[in-house]
Order: sequence, then structure tokens, then C-alpha cells
Amino acid sequence: MSTTTLDTHDTSAHGHTGGMSVGTFIKTYVFSLDHKIIGLQFLFSTLLWFLVGGLLALGIRWQLAWPWTDMPVIGRMLFSAEGGQISPEFYTTLFTMHATVMIFFVIIPILAGAFGNFLIPLMIGADDMAFPTLNMLSYWFMWPAFIFIGMSFFWPPYGAGAGWTSYPPLSVVTQAAPGSDWAQTMWLLGVTMVGISSMLGSVNYLTTIIQMRAPGMTMFRLPLTIWAMFITAILQAFALPVLTAAGFMQLMDRVLGTGFFLPEGLIANNSDPASGGGQPILWQHLFWFYSHPAVYIMILPAMGMVSDIIACFARKPIFGYKPMVYSISGIAGLGFIVWGHHMFVSGMNPMLGMTFMVSTMMIALPSAVKVFNWLGTIWGGKVQFTTPMLFALSFVSMFIIGGLSGIFMAATPVDIFIHDTYFIVAHFHYVLFAGTAMAVFGAIYFWYPKMFGRMMDENLGKIHFFLTFLFLNGTFFTMHILGAVGFPRRLADPYDYETFRHLLPMNQFMSICAICMVGTQILFAFNFIYSMFYGAPVGRNPWGANSLEWTAPSPPGHGNFDFQPIVYRGPYEYGSPEVDTDFYPQTQPPPTDPKRIHKPEQH
Amino acid sequence: MGRFWSLLFLTVPIVGVGIFVWAMADLPGMKGHWLPENINPQGEIIDSLFMFILYLTGAIFVATSLVLFWFLWKYDASRCAEPVKYMHGSHTLEVVWSILPAATLLFIAIYQMNAWADAKMRRPTLPDGSLRPPLAEVTGRQFEWRIRYAGKDGILGNEDDVSIANDLHVPANEEVVLKIKSQDVLHSFFLPNLRLKQDVVPGMKQHVWFKANRTGVFDIVCAELCGWGHYKMRGRLTVESRDDFNRWLDLQSREQNRAEFTPTTGEAE
Ligand code: HEM
Ligand SMILES: [Cu+2]
Ligand SMILES: [Cu+2]
Repeated sequence: MSTTTLDTHDTSAHGHTGGMSVGTFIKTYVFSLDHKIIGLQFLFSTLLWFLVGGLLALGIRWQLAWPWTDMPVIGRMLFSAEGGQISPEFYTTLFTMHATVMIFFVIIPILAGAFGNFLIPLMIGADDMAFPTLNMLSYWFMWPAFIFIGMSFFWPPYGAGAGWTSYPPLSVVTQAAPGSDWAQTMWLLGVTMVGISSMLGSVNYLTTIIQMRAPGMTMFRLPLTIWAMFITAILQAFALPVLTAAGFMQLMDRVLGTGFFLPEGLIANNSDPASGGGQPILWQHLFWFYSHPAVYIMILPAMGMVSDIIACFARKPIFGYKPMVYSISGIAGLGFIVWGHHMFVSGMNPMLGMTFMVSTMMIALPSAVKVFNWLGTIWGGKVQFTTPMLFALSFVSMFIIGGLSGIFMAATPVDIFIHDTYFIVAHFHYVLFAGTAMAVFGAIYFWYPKMFGRMMDENLGKIHFFLTFLFLNGTFFTMHILGAVGFPRRLADPYDYETFRHLLPMNQFMSICAICMVGTQILFAFNFIYSMFYGAPVGRNPWGANSLEWTAPSPPGHGNFDFQPIVYRGPYEYGSPEVDTDFYPQTQPPPTDPKRIHKPEQH
Repeated sequence: MGRFWSLLFLTVPIVGVGIFVWAMADLPGMKGHWLPENINPQGEIIDSLFMFILYLTGAIFVATSLVLFWFLWKYDASRCAEPVKYMHGSHTLEVVWSILPAATLLFIAIYQMNAWADAKMRRPTLPDGSLRPPLAEVTGRQFEWRIRYAGKDGILGNEDDVSIANDLHVPANEEVVLKIKSQDVLHSFFLPNLRLKQDVVPGMKQHVWFKANRTGVFDIVCAELCGWGHYKMRGRLTVESRDDFNRWLDLQSREQNRAEFTPTTGEAE
């Protein structure tokens, strides 16, 4: 670990004065080995994909509110062939690509790629990742993924249309979804590439966290963000190979006719009979064996970051640090034995449904423990309602809803009715949008000063929070009600059914909220870009936080720290009687006066 | 501003419960925005389990959300003069709030098992104890439901079968068993009014059962994505008295022009 890294500041200074050669520029900002630049590359890429995913969602919402009518403005740009109207094939593409983009190109890479990269070395006191080149590759493997997924939009029906779950036979027999030949194949390649990228990342995170911690940084002095990233990396390392293998099997079924997932003699829409020997349900087992752990990959880092933000702005130690660590680990462990809850009515042996019901119920337990500990952290603190705190608090508030709706679906008899209805859509938008995405916004506001050395505008941030919070609930809360009516997901026109015809006005309300919600993000985009140049410059520790990244310069130069960080305590010592400040950085030596030393209480 | 933000979080449980109550009470603006009419005794059990979980989780939702609001209100830094409670947790509390939810969750799981077994594992039997044979066979294919009844001979799967598209008739107040399968891709046989759903999988034969206790016409929904025409894969379920049903079936079998009927590929046993 280097101790003299101030020299690299010169490099960045050159960048601003324009004296940097093209070669240096490419080395510093394009093929950079610096974890912070790589993190920012992930951040910018994923935010752009966030925009794409949001627009796709508006397409879905448009069709559900005003079926078969021309979509104004963007309609003609997006699907000029249909004269601005969404065709049923294109509708399948819209929801498939919306989910794919949001899951594989936004949430997973923004958590692990952007925040994992940026925060891990800084928070453990390392100068970089253990394997910088591997790290760079993990970003550059996203590019083939971007290109493949982008290419799948070029073949009719302009994107893959078998759902983000890609269930065979629909996803395998090309005739079953006419025109899907290339679109679906490109989709598979794209998702596989994301997998490779995540795999490279997670190997690196594990090694870095195990090997590169600063002196004194024991495992139980790690911030919960790092614990969450660590466990997430383990989840990825164990679950991803299964998805990759399954993806290759599906690819081979499509292009070589292997038939892993097709029963003998299957004919769909006049295809040649399948050679057979396979089982469509096998795919579902493999897919969910990855994708259930993946939903925790999509939330654990957010939980970690929320814990850090809440402790910082409650100015109080996190309540139950160890129970928090254990529940993260418990979620991860149980996460491997619950995948069947996505398949209760798939045709899987109903006996298995019973066991998966029990394990799924139990996984709600660590989630509940985490919520209680967050509440405990706020209790007795001094709550500062900053923008990051508001987003973190809304994470807690919304995660309660998303976690509780999970219990309905874990109950197998109830799931018979609500499976594949909008109840599920409500559930995962509460955990993924109202949960993770809101936490990500909070994390951006929180670590922005460290990333760019300037603050984002707080007032604008609070308006952004308020409107997003309002509209997201308008969009997603009502989905529970639709789900109770049995309103099915993935239908281009559900109003053909007598049972659902009267739900149109409710859907129009939701779509208006969704449009406003996406519109609100203009505030965020403006704030994000504007503050990069005109935000108030900050010192090292604008929030008065304890963890190591706040002792480094903002933004940290190459090599991160301009001194050797030595860690004396955990990251949550807010309000400690040992010091006069209400925070107590991990690197600050204990007081010399022995009378001030605080004996930790037993618990 | 702390007051404002605390109150914002207070609106979550208030508006949340409000919307549910409004929908359940069938008030103007949200008429028919709740569980659709149920015509199956098995469905009643499912509905009551749904309501049971709703009340339980609703109580937890309201309680935790109120606690969140109260802590934010009380410990707002701009108003609260108390010093920060410097503490790292409580072992007792952790134990309590692990064991209580664990026991509750385990209870919910066990409480569901009987209903699940009734719905998916305990197929109705005849008086002699043998499994009740299917009344009809329903085959999903892009994008319709093919329905076959045994003809005069009462045996399913031979020439005098009656074959119909999308129009399923069943007698009321009788245990009905249907054999369901798929001919091409996945579909899901979803009867919202009977709280019944089962994916159909090519290469598999499955059975569903129910007892419809009201006559009328209801929707058959396809609930598993099956391609571009998924949204229009709509069938109708007509529940009628035994007599009407027999008359209808008779009519269908007489009307069926045998010369024109060719069993579709994939349906041969
Ligand atoms: C509190 C614990 C949770 C429980 C008990 C739970 C339970 C379930 C169940 C049973 C399903 C399947 C429903 C069905 O298809 O019929 C489901 C779906 C889903 N859950 Fe959860 N869940 C929990 C937390 C989460 C979290 C934390 C996330 C994400 C961060 C998540 C994301 C999802 C997603 C994305 C789906 C839908 C996948 C799809 O069909 O497209 N869940 N959940
Ligand atoms: Cu799951
Ligand atoms: Cu369908």
C-alpha cells in the first residue's frame, strides 16, 4: 500500500488545464485501472441505461392506460413502422427489455459495479482493488453486453419478447415467437456477458476485502456496506455459474437443436418436431436457482448503504451491528433454498411447494430483523433530514411493504391466485424500485461529494425525493389492488376480459403517476450534471461521517489515501463520550487521558 | 422541515390502509377493485387465507410505520434537546424480535399446508375410492384453449369426442376434474373466479379440480406468457345445471360434423 500518492493529483490537475496528451487521457479515463474511475464508468453507463429502461416502462404504461392508441412524440420515434402504435409483439418486447435492462444493466451493475468499485477500497483503507486489470475487464465486458442487448433491438420484433425469465419453449422454438431468431439469441449473449462481468467483479471484491484491509480493520469493524458487498460477491460467485450454464444450454437449444428444455416431438407454430429428451421446467429451476439469489444481489448492497446513511444522519451507532451482519448472511444462505417459490404453479411437484413455502417464510425473518434494527438506530438519535437520509428512510418505509407482500406469495394457496398478477409486480417494484433504486439515489447524494469533490444541491434533492416518493407510490401501491382482482401481468390488452374491464381508469391513474415519476428524474439529471461543475466544493468529510473514505481527499487521487490509515474502531461510533465531536472517525487515535476511555457495555 | 418529513412518512400507513379499506368496502371510484366473485368452496379457503395474511401483515405494516414516524417526529435533530443515546444494541430485544416473527412465520406456513394439499394434491375420488376421471381435457395452444369432452361412450380420447374451442361448460355443484396440458409453449390455466391456476407444460399431463356453486359465464385467462397473442388467449367458462349441461353436450356432439373433424397433431395419446 503506497503512502505517498499526492503526485497523482498533478495528473488530474493536468486534465483540467487541458495539458493532457490523448494517450494519458485514455489511460486515465477510458482504460483506467483506478477503481474510482471504473466505478464512475459503471455509474455513468448504468444511469444512461436507467433512462432507457424508464422509457421502455413508459411504453408499457402507455399501452395499459390507452391501449392501441398512438403514443405521442416518442411513439413515432420508437416504432415508426406501426405509426406510433404499440403492436402486441412489441408489447412483449417492451416488458422483456424493460425488466432485462433494469435488472441486468442498471441495478446489478450500479450496486456491485459502481458502488462496489468506488467504495470497497476506500472503505477498507486500500489503495486499489487486489486485481486492477481484472477490474478494468469487468467494466469492459459490459460493452459486449451493451452491444448485444442493443443489437437485439434491431431485429423484428425489435427486441427479445420471451420475458426477462426467458421460459422455454417460447424462448427456444424460434417459430413460437415469429421473428425472434436473432433478437432472443442476442439477448442470451448479452445477459451472459453481464454474468462474466459480474463474475470478474466478485472475485476481485472477495479478494480485496479479505486481503487488503488497512491495519486494524478487522472483519467486525467493516462498514455494513462492505459486509453487504462481501456477501453479495459470494452470492454471485456461487449462483452465476448456474445461470451461465443454463444460458449456454438455451443458446444451444436455439442454434444447435440440442433440446435440453424441449420434450420429444414438441411442435410450436409448425416448427419441426423437437428431438426431445428435455424438460421446460428444468430451465425454470436453473434460472431461479440463480435469479432468486440475484434478487438479494439486487438489494443487499442497498441495505448496507442504507445502514451507513441512517447511522450517519441519526448521529448514533447502528443498532445491533452483529445481528445486521448475521441477517445479511442468513438472507444469503437461505436465499439458495427458496428458488421454488417462483414455481409453485409451474407444474413442479406440489410436495416441493410445501418445503419451499417454509424456507421462503423463514427468509422474511432476517429481513424483519434488519427493519427492527434500523428503527432501533433511529430511536434516541438526532435525526438530520438531509436528502440522502430521506431516501434511506424511504427505503425502510417501502421495504416494509415489499417484504410483507412477499409473505402473501410465499403462502402457496394464496399464490395460486396471485401468481403472475399485478400483486407480484407490486411486490418487486416495492423492493426494487421503492427499495433499491431509492437507496441508490440516496447513496449518490451521499457519496457524490467524495466522487466529485462538490455537493449536489440539497433543495433540489429534496424536491426530487418528494416528487419521486409521491409518484412511485401512486404508480406501484395501486398495483396491489389490481393484483387482488387477479389482473394478470404481461397482457397487451387485459381489458378484453370481462373480469378486468373496469380496471382501466385505475391503470390510467397509475400511468399518469408513472409519467410524472419519470419526468421528475429530470431534476435529478440536472442536479447531477450541474453540481459536477457548479456544486459547492467540499472538504474531506462534509457529513461528519466516520468511515475511512471520508478521511481521504475529495475526490481521492490515484492510490486513495495521502496517509496510511490505521483503524482503531468500528465505523458507527457516533455520539461517543470519548470525544467532544458527535462523530469519531475510524482513524482517530483514542484519547490519551485514560479517564475518557469508554468501557463498552455488555450486550 | 423535520415535522414535514415525519408527517410524510405518517401518510404511508394512513393512505395505504385507506386505499385497501376503500377497495374492500367497494366505495365509489373503486367499485369491483377487490377479490372478484368467488364460486368455488376451495376458493373461499384461499380468500380467507389471503384475508388472514392481510390482517396480520397489515397490523405489522401499521405498527412499524407508526414507530418509524414517531421516532422521526420525536428525535428530529432541530427540535430534540435530549443527548444521543450512545448504545450499540440490545441482546434481549434481538432475541425477542427474532423469535416472535420466526414463530409467526412458521405458523403461517403450517397453517397454509392443508389448503395447498386440497388444491393441488388431493384429487377428488369416486364413492368407490378411485380417482374421479376428468370431465374434459383442456389443451392450451397458441392462442386458444382446445376443449374435448368424451362423447357418448364416456371415454376421452377416441373418435366420438366432442371438440370445442375456448368454450368450457361444466355442471354446477359437482366435483369437476379437468385434465390440462399444452401442445406448444407454456400457458397457464387461470380461472379467477375459482381461485384456480395451473401452468400447462408441454410433455406433462396435469389435473385440476373444483366445484362451481353458482351458474353463469366466467373468464378463462391465460396467465403465462405464451407469445405475441398471449393477451387474446381468452376462454369462457359456463357453469350450468346438470340438465342444461347434458343438453348442451348432446347438442355439441350432434352438431359436430365428423367428416370435418380431424384431431390436431400432438393430441394423440
Ligand atoms: C421478505 C422476503 C421476501 C419474500 C418472502 C419474497 C417472496 C417472493 C415470492 C413467493 C415470489 C414469487 C411470486 C410469484 O411469482 O408468484 C417473489 C417474487 C419476486 N421477488 Fe420476492 N420476496 C421477498 C423479498 C424480495 C426482495 C428483497 C426482492 C428484491 C430485491 C424480491 C424480488 C422479487 C422479484 C423480482 C420477484 C418476481 C420475479 C418475476 O416473477 O418476475 N423479493 N418474491
Ligand atoms: Cu425469489
Ligand atoms: Cu398465454
